[in-house]
Amino acid sequence: MTPALEIEGLTLAVGGRKLVEDVSITVAPGEMVGLVGESGCGKSITALSVMRLLPSPPVRVLSGAVRVGGADVLAMAPEALRAMRGDRVGMIFQEPMTSLNPVFTVGDQIAEALEIHRGLSRRQALARAAELLALVGLPAPIEQLGRYPHQMSGGQRQRVMIAMALACEPKLLIADEPTTALDVTVQAQILALIDRLRREMDMGCLLITHDLGVVAEVCDRAAVMYAGRIVEEAAVGDLFAHPRHRYTRALIDTAPASNPPGTRLPSIAGMVPPPGAREHGCAFAPRCPAALPVCRTTTPALLGDAGHRAACWNPAPAEAAA
Amino acid sequence: MTPLLDVRGLTKHYAGPHGRVLHALEDVSFTVAAGEALGVVGESGCGKSTLGKSLLRLVEPTAGEVLFEGEDVLPLSRRAMAAKRRDMQMVFQDPFGSLNPRHSVGTIVGEPLAIHGMPGGKARVAELLDQVGLPADAAGRYPHEFSGGQRQRVAIARALALGPKLLVADEPVSALDVSIQSQIINLIGDLRRAYGLAMIFISHDLSVIRHVSDRIAVMYLGRIVEIGPAAQVFEAPAHPYTRALLSAVPRRPGAAQPRERIILHGDLPDPSSPPPGCAFHGRCPAAMPRCSVEPPELVSRHVAETGGTAIAACHLHEHADAPALEPA
Ligand SMILES: Nc1ncnc2c1ncn2[C@@H]1O[C@H](COP(=O)(O)OP(=O)(O)OP(=O)(O)O)[C@@H](O)[C@H]1O
Ligand SMILES: Nc1ncnc2c1ncn2[C@@H]1O[C@H](COP(=O)(O)OP(=O)(O)OP(=O)(O)O)[C@@H](O)[C@H]1O
Ligand code: SF4
Ligand SMILES: [Mg+2]
Ligand SMILES: [Mg+2]
Repeated sequence: MTPALEIEGLTLAVGGRKLVEDVSITVAPGEMVGLVGESGCGKSITALSVMRLLPSPPVRVLSGAVRVGGADVLAMAPEALRAMRGDRVGMIFQEPMTSLNPVFTVGDQIAEALEIHRGLSRRQALARAAELLALVGLPAPIEQLGRYPHQMSGGQRQRVMIAMALACEPKLLIADEPTTALDVTVQAQILALIDRLRREMDMGCLLITHDLGVVAEVCDRAAVMYAGRIVEEAAVGDLFAHPRHRYTRALIDTAPASNPPGTRLPSIAGMVPPPGAREHGCAFAPRCPAALPVCRTTTPALLGDAGHRAACWNPAPAEAAA
Repeated sequence: MTPLLDVRGLTKHYAGPHGRVLHALEDVSFTVAAGEALGVVGESGCGKSTLGKSLLRLVEPTAGEVLFEGEDVLPLSRRAMAAKRRDMQMVFQDPFGSLNPRHSVGTIVGEPLAIHGMPGGKARVAELLDQVGLPADAAGRYPHEFSGGQRQRVAIARALALGPKLLVADEPVSALDVSIQSQIINLIGDLRRAYGLAMIFISHDLSVIRHVSDRIAVMYLGRIVEIGPAAQVFEAPAHPYTRALLSAVPRRPGAAQPRERIILHGDLPDPSSPPPGCAFHGRCPAAMPRCSVEPPELVSRHVAETGGTAIAACHLHEHADAPALEPA
């Protein structure tokens, strides 16, 4: 079956600085894949490159391919690109306020996509917009159609964003930190909603987050990014039970929830290197307690089988995580 | 024994939209003992920051008392309050916003010493930087030269300069990278142990709160709805909101079984038109008719399962089998 999304060997750069290197991710129809990593590691620009929404210049694609439903996105003509963006791929952006237009009502914004991409009349489009708002759990959806984004709470706006992303029943949903700005109780609602919809609509989903707990909760598989590269990729259960990359392992061990209350946490020394300051070899080496000499000179390849791969010269021993 | 901090009926109203009164903090009472860590959790807008700032009078409370070592600080003159802040300090979420970008780190950390005419100057600054794990040459550098985690260390060094007895930390790790959070949590823990510092730790992250707190207060729409020892609040939550909040926390990575989830519907109500009765009744899976009419009081009750005492504001809690004790 054609994957909903294939990113293959993607390298993005600004000037001489590589922001993202050799990133490959595949999302099957109906599958939820997590992309996790800390601030600045390149999650959002990877996602934006799927939509070809990166400002170019300065950001250039140095190598790699992006295919959505088998179609080569990087080679798409403007017309095809527009069709893909609103129709085949839905995207929930990290900043809901920047992607909702403050001067149009919520109803107008959802209906517009339906008129353009689905050729619905204004009336049909508004009726469908109300259905979508009900689907994402907003009370009194018909009244909501007439409201402006600033008249809604953060959680409500995020649900409007999801309704917009889902308007044309996309085959692929890219959700960039869809719940980070939300409270845990609202986060749980929204994740449950996305999870239900991807199953019902057989929609592939790339969920971007910095929260390992969120990944553990709803994803089938996950890729862990560090400093522009994917360092580990596996089915979620396997990833958390048997992390191989030392960074993944350290992230799991350092989480307060993995430790008895009040104890000192095992912590990761140092900080994440920014794009200009990444050294040769494994980018985690300067912070890694298990680094070998080779780690500082040669970049480790992502090795393993299709089920579980890690890019680590000295992988963590295969014992269950604490 | 007099607690270090005894807060009674603390209330803060802001001017809300359309001329309404915004009830940011409503009749909040609790105590903190010397050396104790009280965690404060709740959803965005429930009044956590307002609580922290009201205690230090960085905003002026509308009503209530804040007894610090037995003395109410709310009636104090500006000058007397400034002196009190030696003992009560605050650290904020955004370590960048709270540090003056034009001042060197040495000046920033040393400023409280200078203001209070404390001796020591440079030597004391060097000592403080060392305690928070910054290199000595940090004193001559500026905030923008530091990462978020390092800036939070600067803010902590500054807060500790005068040797306070109480530290109010408002989301001190929320803006930091996951791999940096544990460094700062450890630092705060080490300093607390070293100085016997009492702390009010505000966070929306329940796993962080559980880790650092001796007791936990759960807030909802300006009020404390449950308060108790950390282990009890987590293992035997008495209020339906606490239960929902705990069940919504994403599963610990690697945890075997998904737990039972309570998915709430609807959002936090508007603090400028708080619902009648229990503010949670519109989202509460256990709401009864009287919940939408009668506001529940904070009541303490013996919990047979744990042998402890749970303090919660919920009609269910009052009506449980065990006999109700004295109001909190
Ligand atoms: N238009 C741009 N020009 C130059 N650099 C950029 C541009 N957009 C992003 N970057 C840089 O690329 C890197 C990756 O950014 P990206 O936004 O993808 O991170 P992220 O993983 O999504 O982080 P966060 O978790 O904070 O959202 C960062 O170092 C960022 O500064
Ligand atoms: N200066 C102010 N003027 C008017 N209203 C305010 C002011 N500061 C806070 N509020 C309101 O008071 C309520 C409580 O705000 P507060 O900042 O204390 O919440 P919080 O629990 O700290 O939220 P968060 O988790 O988002 O930081 C909110 O409704 C907020 O909009
Ligand atoms: S008082 Fe009623 S509405 Fe409020 S939490 Fe208890 S049961 Fe729910
Ligand atoms: Mg991002
Ligand atoms: Mg706050």
